[in-house]
This record gives sequence, C-alpha cells and structure tokens, in this order.
Amino acid sequence: MNTLTATWHWLADPAHWTGDDGIGHRLLQHLVLTVVCLVVSCAVALPVALVLGHLGKGGALAVNISNAGRAVPTFAVLVLLLLTPVGRWGEGPTVVALVLFAVPPLLTNAYVGMREVDRSVVRAARGMGMTGRQLLLRVELPLALPMVLNGVRIAAVQLVATATIAALAGGGGLGRIITAGFNLASTPQVVAGAVLVAVFALIVEALFETAERLIPRRTRPSR
Amino acid sequence: MRSNGRVIAPPDDCLARNEWICGAYLSTRRHILLDAVVQHLQLTSVSVLIGLAVAVPLAVLARRWGWAAGPVLGVTTILYTIPSLAMFSLLLPLYGLSATLVVAGLVLYSLTLLVRNILAGLRAVPEETRQAARGMGYGPIRLLLTVELPLALPAAMAGLRIATVSAVSLVTVGAIVGFGGLGNLIYAGMNTYFKAQVLTASVLCVLIAVAADLLLLGVQWLITPWIRAARA
Repeated sequence: MNTLTATWHWLADPAHWTGDDGIGHRLLQHLVLTVVCLVVSCAVALPVALVLGHLGKGGALAVNISNAGRAVPTFAVLVLLLLTPVGRWGEGPTVVALVLFAVPPLLTNAYVGMREVDRSVVRAARGMGMTGRQLLLRVELPLALPMVLNGVRIAAVQLVATATIAALAGGGGLGRIITAGFNLASTPQVVAGAVLVAVFALIVEALFETAERLIPRRTRPSR
Repeated sequence: MRSNGRVIAPPDDCLARNEWICGAYLSTRRHILLDAVVQHLQLTSVSVLIGLAVAVPLAVLARRWGWAAGPVLGVTTILYTIPSLAMFSLLLPLYGLSATLVVAGLVLYSLTLLVRNILAGLRAVPEETRQAARGMGYGPIRLLLTVELPLALPAAMAGLRIATVSAVSLVTVGAIVGFGGLGNLIYAGMNTYFKAQVLTASVLCVLIAVAADLLLLGVQWLITPWIRAARA
C-alpha cells in the first residue's frame, strides 16, 4: 500500500512531468520512436512479404525469421549496436534495433496471410483474366488484410517493449524513468515508470484490436 | 606498458586492444562465463517449469468450463503485452532486488504462451475421439490423462519451445536487478566498453536458446512415438 501511495505521489508531482527528463518529454520520445520505426518497418517488410507471398517463394525464410528474432536477446543487440560506430549516432542503436525486431512478425504474418488465401479464389481471379498485380492488390491483399494487421499489431507491441529496453543501453523513451529510478534506488519512481510503460503498451494493443474489429471481414474464420 | 605517458597495448594482446573476438578473454574469464551460464540456465529452467506447472491446470480448467476461457486468455494477453523491463519493475515492491523477481516475471510470460498453446491443443482434439473414449467407458480424468493431453502434446510442446526460447532471451533484462545470467556480463561490458565480453555473452545466449530448442524438439520426438509411427 505504501509503495502505491508513494508511486501515486511521484506521478502526481508536476515537477516530474516537465523538463528533459520529465514524463512529457519521455512519452513523446517513446511515441515518436514507436511510430517512426513502425512506419519504416512496414515500408521495408510488407512489400517484400506481399510479393513473396504472391509468388509463393521464400516461405521457409519468412516463417523462420520470426523464430530467429525470438532467440536473439533485444538487450544484447542494443548493446552490440551501441559499441559499433552506430552507437555514436544518438538514437542510432535504438532505431536500428527497433526496426530489426519489428520486421520478423510483419514478414511472417503478411506472408502466411497471403498464402492462406483460398487457392480456388485465386484461380477464379486468374481465370477472369486478372494480371498478377491486379490479383495481388484486389484479391489477395484484401483477403490477407486481417493477418497483415495482426502482424502490424504484434510488431507495434514489440516496438513499445524494445523501446523500453533501449533505456538500459542509454536510449530515450519511457524506459529512462525506470532506469533512472533504479539508479536513484527510488522504488516509487521505478514503479511509476513501469505503470506508464504498461499503460502505453496496453493502449497500443487496444488501438490495434479496435482497428482489427473495424475492418470488414470478407472471409469467414478458416478454423 | 607506458611510453610518453600513453598506454600502448602489446600487439598480441586482444584484451588490451579491446577486440570483438578474443581468445584470451575466453581463457581468462572462464569461471565468470561459466557462472553466468549456470545462472542463466537456472533462471530459465525454474521459470519455465513453474510456468508449465501453473499453465496445465489453467488450460484444463479453461477447457472444462467454457466461461473461464475468456478471462484466462484476456488476463494472459494483458500480461504478455506489458514490456519485460516494466514487468520486472512492477514486481520490485513485491520481491526487491532478487532472483525471485526475475523468475516471477518470466513465469508470467511463459504462462501466457503455454496456456494459449495447451488450450489450442485441447480444443483441437476431435469430438469423435472424445466420444469414442467415453463410449469405451473412460471417465473424465482418464479421458483427460490418456486421450486429451497426449493429443494436445504437439501443440503444447510448440508452446513450450517458444516459451523457453523467449525466456532465455528475456533473462538478460534481469541484469537491471543484478540477476540476468549472461545479461549481467552484457550490462557490465556495456558500462566498461568491453567488446569481447558483450559479444561472447550475446553469442552464448543465442547458443543456449538454440540448444534448448533442439533439446525440446528431441524430447517431443521421444514422447510422441505415435506420430513417428504414423509418418513411417
């Protein structure tokens, strides 16, 4: 109870919301990092996955890259990047690591979504004389959209988590409130930072869940 | 060695030159590395085993009572969404700076992955199979233990492999409270700019994850002889 009250007091203190180390600035950093890296990752991963899925090639790679991404510790990649020349470039390690860990779920989900499109629908579209591009954009992509969006949701949640760990390696974002709290041995600050991060992650998750519900369902669930 | 006030590294000393790959690091820090690997393995295995012990009954209950499935899956999804660093931090008031804190956090993550997969496995057992077993006079407990759980094994093992590999990787974040196995070495190496230590510890982490995955794949092969028989 005591910690909860102390945490509440820490959060309620206006002095903790302003300035370079304040919640406002850290929240903005976290948001910008997440959004920019999500856009970059989507721009990199989705075209590749959609074309590979359309052609039906590179499936083993697209599926296994997710497993590989899980085995490599985020923290290790962040520190390795920090010690390379990338580390001298401000938020460089954070941005590179964020994109690296957001790409696998995007690739895998978009690829699987494209391959799960009913083959008879694809054959019918071909029979109607659709070109490869028309087939991809007007038939396969709309049908694969729920899976593609699922990948984007997983990637977004992953981005929020990775951006938090980036604070351990000196990156900005809400995680810095937590690491600063540990350095000051201030449990209320650690817990307050954690609450902010958790709420941020849950809001991101909820936003995408709503988006997934809003898109029209063109297919019945396959299982 | 000192000349003109500057420290000059002997040309054959990769530690002094701070190289990424360094044989001398491996030989001189053998004990530190071994201790870190042991801590890493202990934290991972204890967490996954506790997670498994909690996940099986939860999944079985969620399967038995349909209304429980929604809340169980909802809570685990929320837990899984919370980033690891925040999860460890939220547990700080409960456990302090201890190994228990890291284990508790990892249990919550493993639990999520395991419950989802075991539940999916149990749900995939065909209704005809269940009816056939009931028709042969199987009671609910015997049905669960000898028919449903074995048939859910492949899905459960897939979940166990993902949970284990994730746990190996997440242990490193435990470095924030001083119990991160190889993560401690990465954290210390970051603060002292020690390249060989960071790279060696990172590579060992990935090797542990791959080895654990292969080990579980082997276990799955051993405990599901009927799948092998069907393929042959």
